[in-house]
Amino acid sequence: MGFERFGIVSFASQTKAAPFVDYLDKGVLAGTKCKGCGAFYFPPRTDCHHCLSSNMEWSEITGKGKLISYSTLIYAPTGFEADLPYTIALVEFENKMKVFGRLSKEIKEGEITIGMELKYVVTKLANDRITYEFKKT
Amino acid sequence: MKDVAIVGVGQTAFVRGYEGSIRELAFDAFKEAMLDAGLTSKEIDASIICSAPEYDKQRTPAGTIAEYLGLNPKPTFYIETVCSSSSSGLRVAYSLIKSGLHRIVLVLGFQKMSEISSADSQERMGRGSDVMWEAPFGTMMPAYYAMHARAHFQRYGTSSEDLALIRVKAGTYGMINKKAVYQKGVTLEQIMTADVVSSPLKRFDCCANADGASCMIVADKEMVKSISKKPVWILGLGAGTAPITMSGRESLTGLNCARVAAKEAYRMAGVTPQDIDVAEVHDCFTIAELMAYEDLGFAEPGEGKALIRGKETYIEGKIPINVDGGLLSKGHPIGATGGSQIRTIVLQLRGEADQMQVKNPEIGLVHNIGGVGVYGNVTVLGRD
Repeated sequence: MGFERFGIVSFASQTKAAPFVDYLDKGVLAGTKCKGCGAFYFPPRTDCHHCLSSNMEWSEITGKGKLISYSTLIYAPTGFEADLPYTIALVEFENKMKVFGRLSKEIKEGEITIGMELKYVVTKLANDRITYEFKKT
Repeated sequence: MKDVAIVGVGQTAFVRGYEGSIRELAFDAFKEAMLDAGLTSKEIDASIICSAPEYDKQRTPAGTIAEYLGLNPKPTFYIETVCSSSSSGLRVAYSLIKSGLHRIVLVLGFQKMSEISSADSQERMGRGSDVMWEAPFGTMMPAYYAMHARAHFQRYGTSSEDLALIRVKAGTYGMINKKAVYQKGVTLEQIMTADVVSSPLKRFDCCANADGASCMIVADKEMVKSISKKPVWILGLGAGTAPITMSGRESLTGLNCARVAAKEAYRMAGVTPQDIDVAEVHDCFTIAELMAYEDLGFAEPGEGKALIRGKETYIEGKIPINVDGGLLSKGHPIGATGGSQIRTIVLQLRGEADQMQVKNPEIGLVHNIGGVGVYGNVTVLGRD
């Protein structure tokens, strides 16, 4: 439990990966690492499809982020209309960990360039919800 | 190998707001295919029903549709890979026939997207991506394809105008396709000045929702002899997948599921991209068609723009693509789309495509994608 607190709108509540939200509470964006074979995962998973181990540890996303691509939405699905316009993005960190999320609204559209350096910042939302976004380094 | 052939095809007009039930919609495509093949319901050994079920009020629609089409007590079942459901259905039909389990199999794809309210539709759109890790950020199909477009622009110097040229072509042929939902041409200026949906994609870069159904009748080679004077043979079938999460993708400048499917389909058919005379590709967005040029090997990676700039994908060009208007003009009734694309190529190979006819094609290809490059299906078809 607790995973339903993640994101602007939540669609899932029960997952063994719920400690992800506990790490966000501490300001940490975490993936998982397999103790059996050393594979890193983001999004985090609690089962390793390489070696079939379920012996995983949480591992912080580290290094400088690099913007791979993005798009600014003018239309939104149900529940997100109040946020428009907003920008979704894919950012690559150390160990080739690619993280999907939103760019901070502090970054103006004209400033966005593919390849730009970004960091993640955990953001607290209304109603005890929590997420992360990408900001300029 | 010429073991399994398509002996009948049908398609309803694709429309906004079909005024009937899903079973009646299915019947319209079924009737056309049955008349085309000259068969009756009793001669169908099994049926495969394809749609994206989140739009249906009817639970397990295969049962309802099989009854309405008079296909009881023969087996029926449901196949779903969202937008490529009916191509997946054809793959299953092929294997059922090739295994000897059945001799004549019907594949019926349908979608009545207007079955649910637009509010419900908006809600479902938000759940099209990974609901744990990406949907909580507010994602939609156009935004994902827009990310692919942005990545392609950056890496290869493709532009919004290149994408607009693809939309101009779609309009050119949409005007002569009486079954298209959008039978109007669009000018480059209209496309370039339209409202942004999700940057850099604008209104005309996106296909329209529609209601519609398609139907294919597939038979083994012994049955083909007695049924059809103009069979269209299934020469190659390729299918592939890619992670639904963008985090899991190697690159956003193409769709790996399509590359995997294409390689497999070409290998099975024993042909190369240069052998293809006419193709239908999954242009749910303009960028999707451009990436398809490259993923299918009609152009080198990054060189897709040269094909559209040089009008090489028009009827008179080197490799005519989507000369029925594509999804951009025809509309995209999810479960029906693959069958509609296959029907177009079947008619082309039979020389029955009227104003859209390409000169004397022998080998055609269909590229049909489910989700944002999650499921890829490539089918190579050939005439006798």
